[in-house]
Amino acid sequence: MIPYAKGKENDFLRGKILATLFFEPSTRTRFSFETAMQRLGGGVLSFADPKSTSLSKGETLADTIRMMDSYSDVIVIRHSYEGAARLAAKFAEHPVINAGDGAGQHPTQTLLDLFTIHNSFGTFKNLRIGLLGDLKYGRTVHSLAIALSNLGSKLYFISPKILGMPEHIMREIHEKEKPVVTDNINDVIGDLDVLYVTRIQKERFPDITEYMKIAGSYRVDLSLLEKSKKDLIIMHPLPRVDEIAPEVDYTSHAKYFEQAFNGVPVRMAILSMVLGVR
Amino acid sequence: MVEGKELKIEKIRNGTVIDHVPSGLGLKVLKILHMDEDINTSVFLGIHVPSKKMGFKDIVKIENRFLAPKEIAKISLIAPSATVNKIKDYDIAEKYSVPPPGEVIGIVKCSNPNCVTNLNEPVVTEFRVVLTNPLRIKCRYCEREMEGKEIIHNII
Repeated sequence: MIPYAKGKENDFLRGKILATLFFEPSTRTRFSFETAMQRLGGGVLSFADPKSTSLSKGETLADTIRMMDSYSDVIVIRHSYEGAARLAAKFAEHPVINAGDGAGQHPTQTLLDLFTIHNSFGTFKNLRIGLLGDLKYGRTVHSLAIALSNLGSKLYFISPKILGMPEHIMREIHEKEKPVVTDNINDVIGDLDVLYVTRIQKERFPDITEYMKIAGSYRVDLSLLEKSKKDLIIMHPLPRVDEIAPEVDYTSHAKYFEQAFNGVPVRMAILSMVLGVR
Repeated sequence: MVEGKELKIEKIRNGTVIDHVPSGLGLKVLKILHMDEDINTSVFLGIHVPSKKMGFKDIVKIENRFLAPKEIAKISLIAPSATVNKIKDYDIAEKYSVPPPGEVIGIVKCSNPNCVTNLNEPVVTEFRVVLTNPLRIKCRYCEREMEGKEIIHNII
């Protein structure tokens, strides 16, 4: 898929229409889905602003889905409520792809994260993978942690105590192999093959000075990387604020821009698959 | 139920007896059957009644009222040990035990306020039973798990 993702011409999905329903803001996920569809020769329907839809007039999500389903061949949905994609799938006859449901799941992000890791190492088994930052509210790390634990990776959860991995995710993981849980990245940086960084959001802290203190101690920079393995890769679902220093972008560790690009081929593969083209 | 020769709880002629309810949950049973709202029949409730099988139990008798399958399903969520007896002319006409259900549909509200089933959408809630003892259920929409008091509290 990668050559096609970079522009090699094809018409695998010519005549097919993708409806993107983003009720929550998105940059990468939405653009990469739209690019993916257009690179495969298909068309895209979307609205600029959810406030301009009839949902704001009180229409149910179910009715919006029924309507968009009748105009398109596949739907991609992001919504602030958990379970919204499943509800959409119940009312649509065509395939529905979850592009993030509240604090729930973000499965296509997980697939592109897995693709990126696999491209670097060729395997998941016994890789030591650290998830750093906000593990409590970040839906990308929830899906990813469950997937990696099923694939035999050794997990490290690195976060301030108040932003630790939620109980129900721990329950799904614990049964296989107990992850290492720490609030200090310095203790484990030397063990890791992959460091997956997420943003610590200011609004989670009642006290701004507490936020500054914590956010600073989770910053990934060159001095931290002096202690890392040579072939460590650093990933981030983006957007980043200041949790990864810009100087890191120029090292061989930085994989986050490649990871963002991988959203295109992976979503091309997903769209082709659900539309029956292989 | 008989002490000396005097009945402590009256026999009913027609209706439903819910027996072997774990001690302390009798009031909850009445609540989920909405017998705390619009009562137009006689209801008898025995709390902390000696029982050979259970030590102590609660027992509920409702005159001239028979339970729908959905109501029996609700009882199974809070009192899987209970038995439901359909009484006709003072005799047991039918007797059901209430084993825990394989799935829970339309009788419990999801405790996650951010679950899509708590929006005004035309769907009923659906839960998969993850564990039966103690009961743990998982929302098919948002995947939140609920157990114990949380389930009882959210019975519709």
